Amino acid sequence: MATESRDFTEATETDRELTMSRAMVEAIAWEMRENEEVFYMGEDVADYGGIFSSTTGLLDEFGRDRVMDVPISETAFLGAAVGAAQAGMRPIAELMFVDFFGVAMDQIYNNMAKNTYMSGGSFSVPMVLTTAVGGTYNDAGQHSQTLYGTFAHLPGMKVVVPSTAYDAKGLMHSAIRDDDPVVYMFHKRLMGLGWMPSPPGPKTGVPEEDYTIPFGEADIKRHGSDVTVVTLGLHVHRALDAASQLEDDGIDAEVVDLRTLVPLDTETILDSVRKTGKLLVVDEDYQSFGVTGEIIARAAEGALDDLSAVKRLAIPDVPIPYARSLEDEVNPGTDDIAAAIRELHE
Amino acid sequence: MYEQMVTARYYEERLQEEYLVGKQPAFDISAGPIPGELHLAAGHESSGAGVCIHLRDDDTVTAPHRPHHIAIAKGVDLKKMTAEIFGRETGLCRGKGGHMHLFDPDVNFACSGIIAQGCPPAVGAAMAAKKRNTDSVAVAFLGEGAIDQGGFLESLNLAAVQDLPVVFVIEDNDWAISMPKDRVTDVEDGSRRALGFDMPGERVDSDDAVAVYEAAERAIMRARDGNGPSLIEVQVHRRMGHFMGDAEAYRPEADIERAKQRDSIERLADDLRAHGVEDDELDEIRERAHERVDEAIAWAKEQPEPDPSTAYENVFTNPPAQAATDGGANTSDASSDGDEGGDQ
Ligand SMILES: Cc1ncc(C[n+]2csc(CCOP(=O)(O)OP(=O)(O)O)c2C)c(N)n1
Repeated sequence: MATESRDFTEATETDRELTMSRAMVEAIAWEMRENEEVFYMGEDVADYGGIFSSTTGLLDEFGRDRVMDVPISETAFLGAAVGAAQAGMRPIAELMFVDFFGVAMDQIYNNMAKNTYMSGGSFSVPMVLTTAVGGTYNDAGQHSQTLYGTFAHLPGMKVVVPSTAYDAKGLMHSAIRDDDPVVYMFHKRLMGLGWMPSPPGPKTGVPEEDYTIPFGEADIKRHGSDVTVVTLGLHVHRALDAASQLEDDGIDAEVVDLRTLVPLDTETILDSVRKTGKLLVVDEDYQSFGVTGEIIARAAEGALDDLSAVKRLAIPDVPIPYARSLEDEVNPGTDDIAAAIRELHE
Repeated sequence: MYEQMVTARYYEERLQEEYLVGKQPAFDISAGPIPGELHLAAGHESSGAGVCIHLRDDDTVTAPHRPHHIAIAKGVDLKKMTAEIFGRETGLCRGKGGHMHLFDPDVNFACSGIIAQGCPPAVGAAMAAKKRNTDSVAVAFLGEGAIDQGGFLESLNLAAVQDLPVVFVIEDNDWAISMPKDRVTDVEDGSRRALGFDMPGERVDSDDAVAVYEAAERAIMRARDGNGPSLIEVQVHRRMGHFMGDAEAYRPEADIERAKQRDSIERLADDLRAHGVEDDELDEIRERAHERVDEAIAWAKEQPEPDPSTAYENVFTNPPAQAATDGGANTSDASSDGDEGGDQ
């Protein structure tokens, strides 16, 4: 189980800045050194170091037994991770793009997620499923989805979505130490890849030592009094940009970064909404039946009387299109977020 | 066949040039006129051409993430395909599919970027042909890295047990991104997987385009004559990185060199010369191919970007009436340029 969080302010004040991918890898390497039972498997994770640099350098330190390239057979190796986890090991298995979950979903949602429950608690499945999410580089319908809602909807998996290097490292430590299956979804645009430039936000100070971030603690990335913006992943940074654009107009937006979807920190959302009375939810996943609806429902259940206006921005229920003009249209941008905040503020 | 191969090679060279525009000096995948990933197939040409030359427009082909040489050989509209790769309104898929998701109903061509997932739809096309008593066939292309997928193995079994007119073509270029074949399979000859399904399997070398042609002819005629499925594996070469921008640090230098030295196109040209075809004639074919490609690329670049409002079209063929209110309200929010109506 996740241990205590270090003091956040002190930790982020370190002057050692890392990209999100380096921070993730640092946590994985630390856990692998500490615990022989931790190993990593996936496609192109050994020599390539992960298509999105999620395993850079691990092969050199740990060798092929513990950093394993596997055949392109997600059903087999994700299911094998379930089996190894049930045998007491702590596998980390990478699904290269979240969009590929379809070929292996049975292993994910019928075994990985349900075996603990169906066995009446006699088995646990302490594995991490890492996977890349997100668009913004025009890779079309089969390579650009986020699918946060899909995994959070099906019971039995904890779902983690870091937006900064600091969070990425702490959440990875927690994920590997957790006795339950954790789906760790990293946004490609935040990893700090040379070939896919990140916005400035995700590269943060990261302490050298290990630290955990408990699941179920949202993080207020910007304090404000006028409108609450609840979001996650890449859109934390877009929301922060939008909020700073609005400063000059005297609109003070609060940005809540969910960090984990399962468990979800309802309290932080409600506290913020009680303060501002206005809620905008921004998500890069499809709109209907997803994260935006869930957050708004919880806000309505818990703080209906305090709410005077609600709005959501998400992918409007179309598959992610290829052409730039089309993808820009459906993926909520900074300007869309700023406009929505302004509208709520009026 | 030579013409298709030359067209495919030159097409990829030109696409490579265009793709790098705006992405230099520092490679940024989302910059330039061709965004997204791009997988080029230099070194795979004889497999696409040698197989598709036996096919008619009413035969179905499904291609994987590396589709251009196959699409060209199947007769996919080159101009519209290029416009699609450039993400333009007049592209094959109105800018929605892109290079890994090309669809051309005129010649029954489709793609999937998910590994091996073009196999089941090819089986379905063959099923339709059989039920309708036509003699059309279906061909599914996939890489050697894809043949460990359930979707492929299940398709072989279904096609075999129902005697369907489908041919599976494995393009073995020895690499699945950074993973060499021997790290992911103990069976060097992928065509041997046919044995487990009691169907014919044959392996040929792409350097010998004529051998590819002949093997494909046997398999496709067998399917057309109602004798069921078969499997062909073609040894091809990946002359480039997996996708544009892949630095191939994992790939030993020598291997890259070897791949570059062997070339089915040059060998076929030699064969043709040996059979009395004049150099002039070969030059003429090459020039014609280059002209066609240059024309397609020039045309594509002049095409308009899709209007953002079209992003909401084609989710359904028959859009539910209710979508007009649900999606519509959201649409006007997402695309609004001023007068916000507020949520309803
Ligand atoms: C189900 C699935 N898993 C992983 C991927 C990522 N991926 C795309 S291409 C590729 C390698 C394919 O190798 P191969 O089938 O040999 O074809 P090649 O690229 O060599 O032509 C991988 C792993 C994918 N698209 N779909």
